[in-house]
Amino acid sequence: MLLLVEQILNGLQFGLLLFLLAAGLTLVFGIMDLVNLAHGSLYMMGAYFAATFAAWTGSFLLGALLALGATLVLGIVLEVTALRHLYGRDHLDHVLATFGLILFFNEAVRLIWGPAGLALPLPSWLSVPVEILPGVYYPAYRLAIIVVALAVALLLYLGVMRTRIGMLIRAGASNREMIGALGINIKLLYTLVFGLGAVLAGLAGLMQAPILTVQIGMGENILILAFVIIVIGGIGSIRGAFMAAIFVGMIDTLGRAFLPDLLRQVLNSAAASTAAPALSSMLIYLLMALVLVVRPEGLFPANRR
Amino acid sequence: MVMRIASWLAGAAALALAGSASAADSIKIGFVSTFSGPTAVIGNDMRNSFELALDHLGRKMGGKPVEVIYEDDQQKPDVGKQKTEKLVQSDKVDFIVGYIWSNVLLASLKSAVDSKTFLISANAGPSQLAGELCSPYVFSTSWQNDQTPQAMGLYMNQKGIKSVFLIGPNYAAGKDMLAGVKSTFKGQVLGEEYTVWPSQLDFSAELTKARNSKAEAIFVFYPGAAGVQFLNQYVQAGLKNQIPLYTAFTIDELSLPLQKENALGVPGAQEWVNDLPNEQNKRFVADYRKKYPNLRPSFYGAQSYDAAHLINSAVVAVGGDLTKKDAMKAEMEKVNFKSVRGSFKYGNNHIPIQNFYLQDVVKDADGQLSLKTVATIVENDQDRFHGKCPMK
Repeated sequence: MLLLVEQILNGLQFGLLLFLLAAGLTLVFGIMDLVNLAHGSLYMMGAYFAATFAAWTGSFLLGALLALGATLVLGIVLEVTALRHLYGRDHLDHVLATFGLILFFNEAVRLIWGPAGLALPLPSWLSVPVEILPGVYYPAYRLAIIVVALAVALLLYLGVMRTRIGMLIRAGASNREMIGALGINIKLLYTLVFGLGAVLAGLAGLMQAPILTVQIGMGENILILAFVIIVIGGIGSIRGAFMAAIFVGMIDTLGRAFLPDLLRQVLNSAAASTAAPALSSMLIYLLMALVLVVRPEGLFPANRR
Repeated sequence: MVMRIASWLAGAAALALAGSASAADSIKIGFVSTFSGPTAVIGNDMRNSFELALDHLGRKMGGKPVEVIYEDDQQKPDVGKQKTEKLVQSDKVDFIVGYIWSNVLLASLKSAVDSKTFLISANAGPSQLAGELCSPYVFSTSWQNDQTPQAMGLYMNQKGIKSVFLIGPNYAAGKDMLAGVKSTFKGQVLGEEYTVWPSQLDFSAELTKARNSKAEAIFVFYPGAAGVQFLNQYVQAGLKNQIPLYTAFTIDELSLPLQKENALGVPGAQEWVNDLPNEQNKRFVADYRKKYPNLRPSFYGAQSYDAAHLINSAVVAVGGDLTKKDAMKAEMEKVNFKSVRGSFKYGNNHIPIQNFYLQDVVKDADGQLSLKTVATIVENDQDRFHGKCPMK
């Protein structure tokens, strides 16, 4: 039972982290109709900035804040210089151009920081486990990720549902042409949305950095999961991204945790140990396939027409 | 216009001449390793060490200049196979060296062996290679995968550990490693978890299970960057004070700068440690640090350094006549060179019979973390698959 509680927390933490990445991706895709494969690069840059600034300032929190600012600036610069020219073009052009950006960022990082990767050490108060229930210890840092990500999700919800900019963003997700026709400065809105997406990706990257390492190409595997999430949740829908990210995080973690033992009931131990990791990593994609068959527009689509 | 064509022709002729001259008069070596992505640091260390060995040999073997073609396998079996085929078929190399990953080597093996090109594995040691897939044309300057974790299992017995939880990646080497530790460890194995390789980097589910298993110890195998990530998460979960960790190929000179204090006091087994006191090793380590400032050689590099010397011994023995394959094979079987790990012998399957040491992480004289030999766990250890190899 306690094992289940701990594994659910693991799944929740992973899911919330995925949400931060998927939220930016779904906004950019849904509102700007831009397929941004380089979203994972912004995630990587957030981590590299944080590791660098944390080493300079000697403080994890200060380094993280500076990194968020740097990622915001980078996102805006990227939108203004490169991506702005891609709007209205074919999706294949987006894929080609943003794939080029992935290569660009990977090589740029190799030139600036070298191929070896960086470490982002945690302050000591975050690198200890806390007793959440009697006898159940959980890493403080993973709890911190859950808290921060939930707070960001709440802020996003309030921002999108209760403010004027949020209203424009929602309007943009439902019908892009119409809000342009109503005289909204769509260019500025796009830059803002892209910058916001970049910050969310950077936040995900820098929060993941102390758990993993800061390394070239760290955003590429996780980006695939983010795309799966926005497909399951419905493109352009923050609520969909949130629900789908939690689903995916839970399925992935609980699958890894309990599938081997379940399989051992029917298969011999060696075969089960080998098959389980492969099968559990497939579950997410099975869910996506199922959603695409049953509800191709996603579970919580943004534009209900 | 005429002048232009003439000069172009002259250029082409010169190129053709140069090409044929180098083909006949140089020793061509193909080197397959990972030079891109997060594990490129390993490939770079292997290349650095191989280049250093060539420097030490005067960049010649048996009086002939050496030409090395480096190819990136991207840590993918299909790419490794394709690069191996290219080296064998279009570059027509005399030797192929390298291979970090067991799954890459297994995919590439047939192309090299079918063409009777000598292949020297400078790291990967899948059990199949030591057993039924052994070949007269394949030599290893590393080990068979099971050997290092077997040594760790013996050490855990010495420490009186009664139960262990095993975690490793789900690929050829991961399965060998966990099988290896199980073959020597006398206590109870309370759990065995395999993770998706190389994409899974979050081990929270596995660590939670390890804690709940109430095992006395955890054994892991996570080479490269994954070793850094595993150790981070192990420490953050507070397990370092609860369940001691025993490792194979998880902490080395390449991962240590990122693992930092997390690695202090975590033991590992290895056939080479940077402080082994033989002369050849002292020269290797000192010159490496001179040639590549701020870098330290790892066991991957040491094995690559040995591979260059193994090839050199064969080329020298036949006086540079690379058509004498039987004589070269016979010479290599004698291990007629000074290895940086000290002396070793080859078994019938061309896998080293060698010592394994216990290594620990300590702060050295200049305050940097480094690896130190603590004890010899096992002497002249031969892999447990040599009986399956048809070569006698």
